[in-house]
Parts: sequence; C-alpha cells; structure tokens
Amino acid sequence: MVEFALPKNSRIVTGKTWPKPEGATNVRKFQIYRWNPDDGKNPQIDTYFLDMDKCGPMVLDALIKIKNEIDPTLTFRRSCREGICGSCAMNVDGINTLACIYGLDEIKGDVKIYPLPHMSVVKDLIPDLTHFYAQHASIMPWLETKTNRPAKEWRQSIEDRKKLDGLYECVMCASCSTSCPSYWWNGDKYLGPAALLHAYRWIIDSRDEATGERLDELEDPFKLYRCHTIMNCAKTCPKGLNPAKAIGEIKKMLIERHV
Amino acid sequence: MRYLTDRKRAMGLGSGRSGTEAHWQMLVRSVIMGVLAPLFIFTVGFGLGGSYEEVLAYFGRPFPAIVTGLGLVVGLVQLMNEAQEAIEDYVHGTAGKLLLVANKAFCFALIAASLFALVKLAL
Repeated sequence: MVEFALPKNSRIVTGKTWPKPEGATNVRKFQIYRWNPDDGKNPQIDTYFLDMDKCGPMVLDALIKIKNEIDPTLTFRRSCREGICGSCAMNVDGINTLACIYGLDEIKGDVKIYPLPHMSVVKDLIPDLTHFYAQHASIMPWLETKTNRPAKEWRQSIEDRKKLDGLYECVMCASCSTSCPSYWWNGDKYLGPAALLHAYRWIIDSRDEATGERLDELEDPFKLYRCHTIMNCAKTCPKGLNPAKAIGEIKKMLIERHV
Repeated sequence: MRYLTDRKRAMGLGSGRSGTEAHWQMLVRSVIMGVLAPLFIFTVGFGLGGSYEEVLAYFGRPFPAIVTGLGLVVGLVQLMNEAQEAIEDYVHGTAGKLLLVANKAFCFALIAASLFALVKLAL
C-alpha cells in the first residue's frame, strides 16, 4: 500500500539556526533540508541568513556562499552552473528545478530548499539517482542501426533533424520524474517522464532503425501506461521541455501500430 | 540478499507487450460516454417521478430502455477499468491483487443486477 506519511526515522525536525551576518541590512532567510546518514539522527531543517548585497542572484550562488562561508558540511551536487549538466536539481520553493538557473528574485519570502522528492537521500540535498539512470540505460539511449555503416556519417534532412528539437535538450536532471505522482508510487516499474522522453527522442530519430523493437519494449501497462497525463513533468521542467507530449506521441504510435 | 545489477532491477521482467488494447478501448469508451452520458442522464431523468405504471410504460419503450442499458453497461465497464487503474497505482502486493479481483466481481455483479432490473421493467 502506498505510504502517505513518512516513517518515524524520516520525520523532519527543526535543526540548527545559524547567526545573522553582522552589519547586513539586506538579509534573507534560507531553510535547508539536512540529513547525514552517519549520525543516526532524523532529517532536520537548518536555518541560515545571508547578506543579499554580497550574494549572487541564483539559488546555487546562495548555496555555494553558505558552504564557503557559513557551513562547509552542507552537501549538494553542482558542476556547470549554467543549466547544462543537470547536477544541481533540487526542490526550491516547492518546485523541482535547477538551482543554478533559478533566480532568488523568483521566490517570495524565505527560501526553502529540499532534495528532489520521493527519492532516497544520499546526504543533505543529494538524491540517489541509481535507479533513475538504470531506467535511462534500459531504453537504449543510442543510435541503433542495421544497415552497413555509411562511408562518412549517418545523414539526416533538416526536417528530420527538427523533430529532435524539444527532446535532445533534456539534461537528465530528474526534476520531471521526481515531480510525477505516478513515478512516486510506481517508480520501480514505471519508466517516468525523463526516460520516456529520451525513448521518444530515439524512436523519432530518422537514422534509428530499431523503432519497432523500441516500441515493443515500451508496450507495457506499467512502463509506459502509468502516465496519466498529470503534466507535472511539463510544468516543472527547468529546460521548458514537454515530456508528457513525448509520452503522448509514443502512445499514438503504439495505437497506430495496433489499430 | 539478491545480487541484482541496477540495470536488471530497472528492466524487471521486461515488457508485457500489452496495454495498448486497454488504452485504445479506454479512449473509445470515453468518446462514447461523451455522447452517452448526457443522453443517459436526460433519458433516465425523464422516466423518474411518475407512478409505477407510468415508469413501467416509459422503460417499456425501446429508446429509453436501450439508452439506459447502454449507459449502464458502458459506464460500469469504464468505472471498473478506472478503478483498476487506481488500485494498480496505490495498492501493491497481495492486497492489490485481491482488490483487483473484488473490483471486477463487484462491477460485473452491478452490471448483471442493473440489467436484470431494466429487463424486468422493460418486458
């Protein structure tokens, strides 16, 4: 049965409140989820205060400032700081997004930061994405061909290339999948919006020659048809993509083949 | 401990190679219900409120009887399938399997009982 309440050892308690910066006039409050697997304690919300006159404009800037200047134990993933690597995906102000491209000015009031929802937490703001990546690997995210390799490269018309727009930009940040209620309840079997968007990216690629096999693998009541078109994925995607539309296109192709 | 690789865990038992038929039927029934549901509500609505003899006479006519029968069968089959989706979503393991059986049994019993009542009224 689906669990609607957190187990006792996962209930969040109030954590440490760090002192306000001295002499600062433009102070902002940050409430951040903390959990350390090594200390055996429940997760907690720590409170930090930052002088916004000395802080960059993005949520990631604030996190880096806290780590550098206040609390070096705060743990989070980050790399490119420009929305390309997908590392810093987290739940900011109730929305799954990339901390590096989410402006602090978009948030009203205190800034609340949690890890991506409904995933096992490795530490603090770092979710365990092992299963998510394995699901991505399972859809064969590569060009599958049967004819002999051409002398130069696999050619593609401009029109066919355009079909990949809105699909290839996905950075696998997992914001969409972790915002999807179907993925929360059946993430072990349902592939989730990110993996399905990538599956469609290869299905629709004019150079790929395994469309039938790919559709065969997706035709499953749980792998694909757990999508109930809730559309949280499209709403939350920090890159502005629409995984729900890609899933709808896969369903249309399966119906075309079936009827 | 089960020595499963992450990939094996994600693949599970592979693909069921099914689901499209159910999805297509759900779409077709939804379109039918778009027309049938208002027709059913108004047709049955007009038959209510009269004396026993008037109601018998009303449902003895072919149009109200056929619309009511179709509405009951298509509507309850749709209800059964939607409930199945909800059970599969939220209830897992043995409880889920038992609920799926109970759902089918309940809905088929409801269809049988309502058709019996309609036939008794109509004939």
